[in-house]
This record gives sequence, structure tokens and C-alpha cells, in this order.
Amino acid sequence: MSTDNVTYSSADADADADSVESDEGTDAYAGSYETTEGRIFSVAGGDWDTITGAPEGERDRIVVNMGPQHPSTHGVLRLILELDGETVTEARCGIGYLHTGIEKNMEYRSFVQGVTYVTRMDYLTPMVNETAYCLAVEKALDVTDQIPERASVIRVMMMELNRVSSHLVALATGGMELGALTAMEFGFRERELVLDIFEMVSGLRMNSAYVRPGGVAQDLPEDGVQKIRETLPLLRKRLTDTVNLLVDNSIWMGRTVGVGYLDLLGCMALGITGPVLRSTGLPHDLRKTQPYCGYENYEFNVATQTTCDVYGRFLIRIQEMTESLNIVDQCLDRIKPGPVMIEDKKIAWPAQLSIGSDGQGNSPEHIKEIMSESMEALIHHFKLVTEGFRVPAGQVYTAIESPKGELGCHLVSSGGTRPYRVHFRDPSFHNLQSLAAMCEGSMISDVVAAVASIDPVMGGVDR
Amino acid sequence: MSESAVPAVPEGVRELDIIGVRHGAFGASGSGDTSGFGGLVEPIVMPAPAVRPFGGWFDEVSDELELSLEARGLPATDAIEKVVIYRDEITYHVRREHLVAFATALRDEPGLRFEVCLGVNGVHYPHETGRELHAVYNFLSITHNTRLRVEVSVPDDDARIPSIVGVYPANDWHERETWDFFGIVFDGHPALTRILMPDDWPGHPQRKDYPLGGIPVEYKGGTIPPPDQRRSYN
Repeated sequence: MSTDNVTYSSADADADADSVESDEGTDAYAGSYETTEGRIFSVAGGDWDTITGAPEGERDRIVVNMGPQHPSTHGVLRLILELDGETVTEARCGIGYLHTGIEKNMEYRSFVQGVTYVTRMDYLTPMVNETAYCLAVEKALDVTDQIPERASVIRVMMMELNRVSSHLVALATGGMELGALTAMEFGFRERELVLDIFEMVSGLRMNSAYVRPGGVAQDLPEDGVQKIRETLPLLRKRLTDTVNLLVDNSIWMGRTVGVGYLDLLGCMALGITGPVLRSTGLPHDLRKTQPYCGYENYEFNVATQTTCDVYGRFLIRIQEMTESLNIVDQCLDRIKPGPVMIEDKKIAWPAQLSIGSDGQGNSPEHIKEIMSESMEALIHHFKLVTEGFRVPAGQVYTAIESPKGELGCHLVSSGGTRPYRVHFRDPSFHNLQSLAAMCEGSMISDVVAAVASIDPVMGGVDR
Repeated sequence: MSESAVPAVPEGVRELDIIGVRHGAFGASGSGDTSGFGGLVEPIVMPAPAVRPFGGWFDEVSDELELSLEARGLPATDAIEKVVIYRDEITYHVRREHLVAFATALRDEPGLRFEVCLGVNGVHYPHETGRELHAVYNFLSITHNTRLRVEVSVPDDDARIPSIVGVYPANDWHERETWDFFGIVFDGHPALTRILMPDDWPGHPQRKDYPLGGIPVEYKGGTIPPPDQRRSYN
């Protein structure tokens, strides 16, 4: 810094005086102060030499803030790592940087509007969030068995495609964080195929608000089944590319085998679900044990590994994607023409969407009916859209298997048109608690691998 | 409150969970209800407590629970306030002083074995005097493939519940979240600090009495009122 000062012209005399002062240690962000545990030095980079003068023994603890703005922490996760050399002696998470008050906001919106909030929680699994919420609303309404077959099949299909896209992002970002940039490009490229399907079906790539209480927002487009069927072989082929790239790849295995170890005992104590639990060999999957949306009618295997490590979780995600594509295949065979919204007109969204010359909107048939044929239909439409339906007072809890683990929705209604309280038990939030157990004692570079294997999405963690 | 508005009370049940009263048919207030239904008064009643037999596997679990609580020297009637069954889900309302013993029984008893605690969630009922704050715990048994719920109610001016982190370490962040959003203090939690809101945040945002902000509009000094003061149909 002092050499820079030499080049300043005399007009910068004031600036010179300031920087001379900062050389003496008045930088507000890089100082040192006494505490009961000894002298604490804050170093912000480029000023390591300021602590070289400290006596030995006083610099034995180094606490590093990794994140919240760090490319390897999956969004705005802040890791507080205490280091001994490159070994992590203590790891803690700082979260809350993406808290948006979704649960509070939902208390001031109708039950149907809630869907547009939940879809933004874990933004990589919009369809899964929506389904968890809608199943809770339907359970509270006691209409679970009135949901049309076609709607359930579409829900399952969308959720399984969503599982594929979520796992692809998990592999892509995980790969990128460990230096496998090709894996990232493959992952995001293939995810786009799934997002194209979502766009075709719902109009939106992400945050689709497609699953609604009572069914889904609109039927598949006419060529929808055909297009999904055409996409599947391409997805399968490209999935093989990723498999060929990473499975049994010695560099990838070197970074992941034996890393982020958490055995069954640890998982049980910490209540871990999802791929992390299945990597200990326990085949716990809510789609099998407590089926919803008719999952009992599909044939699929629960992927497990027994290695308890990052590599095992990676293999599980690969296997689950294949299983999911098989379920989508079965959905396409199973799908029959029929309604996609509950018959009860006091709950069912009155309009269907369609695409006209000016974009997506209410279907012309519906507009014709309410504007020129039936005044009662207009009143009904208006009341249901602005006021919404009432849900009897009581509380319910529904849980579904999201790509990350058990996604639970605890819904309390006070008999009104809005939720009294909704709470989401997000698997990312819960599973992130296991980070300390996975990382303490390992290298700092393994922390990155462990975080990637939990696959936390901060939108879901912070809600 | 008219008598007919109150649902039929099961025999043996004295108290109903009335969490509020709704006036009028459309929830409109302040702006004059011209619907003709403005005079309606209806209590908001939560599902009534269940009485034995509960039906299904609920009886087996309840028997098992009572036996194991008694084996721990705790009469079940002391620990369990009431049992509510609604939409095929069972909720045990547990007195807070016995929560840890209850959770230990849930975890350790071979016939129960609820391995996974799915966290705790707060609910604020400002009209339920003396039990304004509820903490709701969901449990999952992987062994028996069952779920149950435990609910603990505490008064607002003494919002303390013993922490079950010692029994279920998984509840760590969830209890911090519930403290953060509802101000329920979990006694014995190793580090009960805010988790999602900033450390210096005043108040607990998920409570129903938490003040909400409106939005100023740049037109003749107008404002959009806070969401809880807007006209609504609720």
C-alpha cells in the first residue's frame, strides 16, 4: 500500500494522509481486539501480514466465513468453519438470507392463491411443493378421494419429471463445485428438456402454480402425451452421458468416496430423510410406505446404497432418475381422457386456460358462458375467485417424498377462506442440520462435497 | 351465540376448542355489511376431543403409550390433556411439564418407536385465553409406518416449553425457528437463537399480533393498509 501512495500527486494529499492512517491499523474491517478468549484478529484478505507479528499460540484458531455469497455453497448458505490448517474442527451453518415470509404471506391469501407462494419455496421442485400443499388442502376439505384419476396421473408425472430435473441440478451444481464443469453443462442442458415439458404443460418453466387444490390448473395440451413420450428417449440417452462421465471416474470418486460420512445411526438421530438416508441402506421412501396420488399403482424400485458417503448419494440420484423416467412411462400408458379438476363446483376453479392469438388466458368457451349466457355462472366465478372456498376448522399434516426427503405440510384452518397457519417441513432445512456431523474433522474441500450431497436449496431452507 | 350453531358434543367431553367468533356471512367489517347476513354470529370451533374407542390402530398406540408412561411412573391422565382425531390423524395434547417424558416414551418404547421427529411448528391463537401459543410436533415411525402429532399449549405470558432436543437432536433448528417466529422459549435448548430472522430483529413475526406494514402510495397521501386491516372475506 505504501508503494501506491508514492505515485499519488500532491493534489491527493488528503487521501495520502488517510491511507497512512489505515496502514497503522484503523481499518474498521481489519482490526484486532481483546476478548475473554484472547486476542481476535479480523482479516479480510490482502492483510495477512498484519497478524504475522502476533505471538505463537495466539493464532491457533482460525474461523472462516464461507459464504453467504460463495459459488460453492449452493446459493446463500453461510458456513462458519473453524479451521486447524486445512482441517475443519467445527462447522456451523448460518441461514436465513433468503427468508421471504412465505408462510406469513399465505395467511392473507385464499387457499388457491397459496399455490403461487409454495411453488417458490424450493424453486427446483415447484411441482412437488404444490402437490404437498394441495394434498393438505384436499385432506382438510376431506375430498382426497374425489380427485379425478387423470389429475392424479398428471401430478405423478409432473412430480417425477421434477425429480429428474431437481436431481440433474444437484449433479450439475455438485459437479461444478468439485470442478467437473462438463457435468454442470450436461446437467443444465438435460434439465432444459424437462423444463420445456413444464413450459408446454403449464406455460412456465419454473414457479408454474400448476397443481391446484382439487386437481391441476389445466389439461395437458393435445399433443402433450406425444411430446413427453418423444422427450423420454433423449433424456435417457443423455443421462447415460452423465453416467459415463462420472460413475467409476477415478477423479470423481477421489473427491466423493468416503466423504461426508453419515451412517444410519447418525441419520436416525438427526431425523434425516431422502437420498442421504437411503445412502445408509434403509429403503425408506414415502412413495412406497405411505403412498399418495396413487403411487401404489406404479412399479418402481427404491434406490439404496450402503456406503453412507457422497458417492453413494450420487449413485442414488442417478438410479432415482432412471426409476422416475420409468414411472413417467407408466403414467403415459395409464393416462385416460377425463376431467382434471374435482367435480365439486364449490371448490373447482371455474375456468380452463387456453392459448389464443394474444397469449394464454381463460378459454373462449368459458368467457362466452359467463359473459353472455349465464349470469349465475359469472357470479359463481367471481365469488370463487375473489372470496375462495372455505375449509373446515382443524389441522392436517401431509408428507410427500420430495427429491430431497420428506416434504411435510402442516395446515391449520379456522374455517375461513384463508389458511390460519401453514408450515412446511422442508427437507433441505432439516437435512442441513447434519452438516456438522458430516464435516467436522474432514478437509475444508470435503465440506463442499458434503453440502452438495445434501442438496440444500436455500429457497426451501429459508422459505 | 345461538345453541344450534354449536356442533354436537360427544359424551364425556366438556370443553370445546373455541378459537374465535366469526360475525356476518362474508367477513366484511367496517364498511357496512349490506348482505342481510350481518347479524350472524358463529363460533370457530376446532375439532372436538375424541373418546374411546378411537378405532383403527389409534387404540393400540394409545394403549401402548399409556402403559409405557405408567411404567415411567407417569399416569397417562396426568400427561395427556385430551386426544383429538381429525381426518384420520391423531393428536395428543400433552401438558408441557411431561413433554420430555412423553417424547422419550415415543422414541424408546418398542411398540411405539417413533424414530423421526419431523420438527415443531408454532400456532398462535390469540383468542384462546391462557393457552394462546401452541407448539405442534409431528412424529413418524418408520418401523410401524405410522404418524402421530403432539400438541402443547402454553399461555402467552409464560411461553416456556421444555426442549426435546436431548431426546430428538433433529429438533434443534425447528425449536430455534419456533422461538424466532413465535417467541416460545424452549427451556434446555443448547443454543436458542434466532435462525431465519436477523439476530437483532424485534418481535416474533408469525404471531397474529405482530404489526404488519402498509404500503404508501404516491397519490394524495394515500396508503394501502396492512394486509390484516384490508377488507377481506375471511
